[in-house]
This record gives sequence, structure tokens and C-alpha cells, in this order.
Amino acid sequence: MSELIFDKSKAGRRCAVIPCRDVAAVCVPERYRREVKAELPEVSEIDLVRHYTNLSRKSYGVDNGFYPLGSCTMKYNPKINEDAAELKGFTDIHPLQPESAVQGCLEVMHTLSEYLCEITGMEAMTLQPAAGAHGEFTALSMIKAYLLDRGETSRTKLIVPDSAHGTNPASANMCGFTVVNIPSTADGIVDIDALKNAVGGDTAALMLTNPNTVGKFEKNIEIIEKTVHDAGGLLYYDGANLNAVMGVARPGDMGFDAVHLNLHKTFATPHGGGGPGSGPVGCKAFLAKYLPNPVVKSENGIFSFERPEKSIGMSKSFFGNFLVCVKALAYIMTLGAEGIREAAENAVLNANYLQESLRGTYDIPFDGPCMHEFVVSLERLKRDTGITASDIAKGLIDRGMHPPTMYFPLVVHEALMLEPTETESRETLDSAAAALKDAIAAAYDNPQSLRDAPVSTPVGRPDETAAVRNPVLKA
Amino acid sequence: MSVQKDLFYAQSHEWVKYIGGGKALVGVSDHAQEEMGDVAFINLCEVGDVVDVGGGIGDIESIKAVSDIYSPVGGTVTKINDELLDDPSALNSDPYGSWLIELENVSENSKLMDAAAYEAFIAE
Repeated sequence: MSELIFDKSKAGRRCAVIPCRDVAAVCVPERYRREVKAELPEVSEIDLVRHYTNLSRKSYGVDNGFYPLGSCTMKYNPKINEDAAELKGFTDIHPLQPESAVQGCLEVMHTLSEYLCEITGMEAMTLQPAAGAHGEFTALSMIKAYLLDRGETSRTKLIVPDSAHGTNPASANMCGFTVVNIPSTADGIVDIDALKNAVGGDTAALMLTNPNTVGKFEKNIEIIEKTVHDAGGLLYYDGANLNAVMGVARPGDMGFDAVHLNLHKTFATPHGGGGPGSGPVGCKAFLAKYLPNPVVKSENGIFSFERPEKSIGMSKSFFGNFLVCVKALAYIMTLGAEGIREAAENAVLNANYLQESLRGTYDIPFDGPCMHEFVVSLERLKRDTGITASDIAKGLIDRGMHPPTMYFPLVVHEALMLEPTETESRETLDSAAAALKDAIAAAYDNPQSLRDAPVSTPVGRPDETAAVRNPVLKA
Repeated sequence: MSVQKDLFYAQSHEWVKYIGGGKALVGVSDHAQEEMGDVAFINLCEVGDVVDVGGGIGDIESIKAVSDIYSPVGGTVTKINDELLDDPSALNSDPYGSWLIELENVSENSKLMDAAAYEAFIAE
């Protein structure tokens, strides 16, 4: 492990020499003074630079190499987005400035909202939520407000397929709904009979990811839409997998009433270092009056804030993670309508190329082509060799790539889930396939090497169970 | 993978042991602990709770996932295994010794499998 910057601290050591004072000293009034000394590291500039440069070399991100973390869409973040987000007009502002002084920023929010509406087939949008699950909570709060407004107090149940992201039932619970789980069919999509049995006068909404979390397009989406709407429920689209269909198919056209998007997945803003993320929520016109306060409106070229008539309130302070929105807008404008579609098409092509490269070595539980991601099962490998999905994932670290998502979705045993994303070249996919096959070969030839993996990282294999059971939070 | 002979099993991989006097112990099978992986936390219902057949009695959190636990029989909870809550790893090392709850006024569940039937069930 690395030393902390505090371990390198020496009293009196500094990065800079402050010039001698040439004015009279004025002391901070006593009531504002600290009672104890601030514990700050005291280091020279070179030690500071080395410390953080060395730490950064121990981390691994999409700028270092292949990162096929399924369901997370770890796509490359074009650096032009950072240039846009660094513009002074976007950074040297204050959220309480008058609208007239930040027209450019309001225009960014308004334009991005319009583009996202166009991409999703929605009619109104908020950029406030800080990330995906926050977007789910925001949208479900709006649906709840809509139902209560109509006096439909008996609609308390939210239907969630068993392949859903864990955030779906969690958000539903947080919003006070009761979750009804429905099973998937053998080919990994919603079981229509189970859905028909589940809907009724108590249905508030269905939460659905399409393509779903096993990488399959819900081909019965029209039947699903009719079933839920006929029962009086709403359709909520979890936008986690929009990358597979953006520019090709729109949730709004599939009949969804509300969506959330993950700008940090689909629209190439960073996940790393905590992001920050951004989870805009879009809705059809009939839900627009419940959107969080405020939304940006445009009249005669002048932009202003407006409180939606029956707003659920603010879902985040001020206007969400604004600079993330700037990056997403830069991404959309760089790609244009054709580029957005091409990105989705390449994401699907890359995933299918990798899936077919691995077929035969890895068991693919669902037949046919995938969308932008796919799941493999290592149940047979575990039975034959005792090597688990987790061991293979750790072994892949030593083979120079970030592991895929492990043990998700829960409907597949010993699952690994791969999402290569659109920006990877054929050469990168080929070398990843070689690494993935090499790890399986090692399971038969030298299983101990996988149980010991990774050996090429600063930290080997921490005891994850002990870390959860007995966390040591402070040195 | 072991299946203990004197127990009865549910399709959701819980076992029940009838201990006489209308009482029973409930736990999860060796197969279940194997599938879940290293157990980190166990949350259980409370003494005095009345549970139905198939009703939730808590959840088990492992490194892989959080799994809901369903009661294979109905009854009133008379004890929960506090020792196991303090050391959930015992569930991995001794799944048939690591009972979760004790029930009284136990109602029968004719759908439960005996050891042989359960062994065949998990082999499928």
C-alpha cells in the first residue's frame, strides 16, 4: 500500500514561499479563529506532485485500457467535452446570478433538454437528478404525484422484472410503492403471461430496461405497453441501456411515459472519481407539470426559469450537475444525429463480435444476437474446475483488462457481463477475446494462478468478506 | 455438496427440522450457502412475529448479492439465532448446524421435499 500524503508531512515544509508582508497585519476576529490547529500535510511541491502522480498510475480507467464493465457503459469520454466544460462562461458563474447574466448557461440547459427529448421521444425534461437511481426516484415521485392528483390511491404496486437493476425495486420502495417481481422467460425477456397476471387496478407502473439487463431487446414491447396501459398503469423506462438504441428507437415511441437517462453512461461524461453523474428525467406532456422546480423555458430567444404548475419540488440543489450537462451537450453536438445512431450501431456490433469470438469457450445462456452487452455463465467451469466467475475476473486483471461485471444479472448463475462499447477497435476486441480465452485455459491448466490473481496490481486479492464483516474505516 | 437426511426442504432451498412439541428450526441448505458465497450479514425477523408458509423471514447478504429467505412452514417465531448474527460465516461452514429461527405452533407444508427428493431437485 502507498503512504498517505500525511505520512510525508514535515513541519514547516511548503510548496511556495509567500512574499514578505508589506501592509499592516490584521488578525481574524477571535470568535472566528480555530481552537485547534488544522491538520494539513506540509510537503514540498515535488513530493506533492510525485505522490499524486504515483497514485494515479496505480488506478485503472478507460483512458488506460479495455473496460467492458457490463451495464455500466464505460465508454471513452472525448476530451473535447472537457474543453467545453472548462469555458469561463460555464465555470465562473454563481447559481444565484440573475437569469439575464447567465443566458448562455440557460441556453445550454434548454438545448440539451430539447435534444434529450428528441432522442428519447419525450416531451419535457429535467436535468436536476444527480445520477440514475436519483432519476428513478424523481420520476417515480412524479408518477406518484400524478396518481394522487387523480385520486388513484389504490395504485400502489410497481412491477419490476427479475432481471432489473437493483436500483429499480430500491427506488420504488423509497417512494412508498410495493414491488411486484415478475419472472423472465428462458430467452431472457419479460414473461408476458406473468405480466398479464400481475397487472390490475393496483398497478401504478411497470419499470423496464430496454434492451434489458441480459442484453436482449424486449421484442414484445408493444404487447407489454398495451397490457400495462390497458390496466391503467404507467410505463417507466430505465435508460441505463439507451446506448444500444439511441438514434435508432425511442422509448417515447415504444409507449413509455417517463424515462431517466444516465449522461455518465450514454452521453460520454465521466464515471470516474465519483463522476459526478447526471440522471435527467424525461416525461410525456401529461406529466410535465410535476417536474422538479425549476425548468428552463424559452420565449422570443430569452431564457428563464419556470416552476412547473404542480412541481414535486427540487430534487437537487439549484440545477443539477451543470458542467456534466455541458459535456453531454458537447458530445451530442459533436456526433450529430447521424453520429448518435452510428455510436449505438457500433456498440451493438462490437458486443456481438465479442460474443461470437467467445462462443464455444464461454457458455452463452441466451440464444441469438445480443444488443450492446451480453452475459456469459461460468457455472459449468465452476462445476468442472472449482474456478468461479470471480476468479476469472481477477485473472483478467493480470491479463491487462478491467474485469467485466460479476454476478449480475442475478438470473444467470456465475455470470460475467460484458459491454465493450462503441469506441473499441477490432484489435482491442481481439486481444480482449484472447485474454478471456487464456483465463479459461488457465482454469484447467493452472487453477491456482487464478485463485492467487491478481498478482500484477499494487493490492492483490483483498479479503472481501472480512472487509464487509469487519470494516476498518480508520487507520 | 451435502443434504442432511432428517430435514425437509423447500424449493427455495430452506430446510426445516421438527424438534417436537410443535416446534421447528429453520435454516438454509448447503446448496444455498454454496450458491450465495461468503455470507457477510444476516437480517432476520423478530421474536413474536407470525410467519406464513413462503413468507419472508429475512435476508442474507453475501459478497454476490442479497437473497431473501422464505419460511418453509408457518408458525410463531420463538427464537432467533443471535450467535449466527454475530458470526454469519458459520452459515458457510456449517449450514445445517446454523439454524436461523425457531418456530412454534408449526403448520405443516405438504409441498416440502425429503432429503432424497431435494437431492434430485438440486441435481436438475
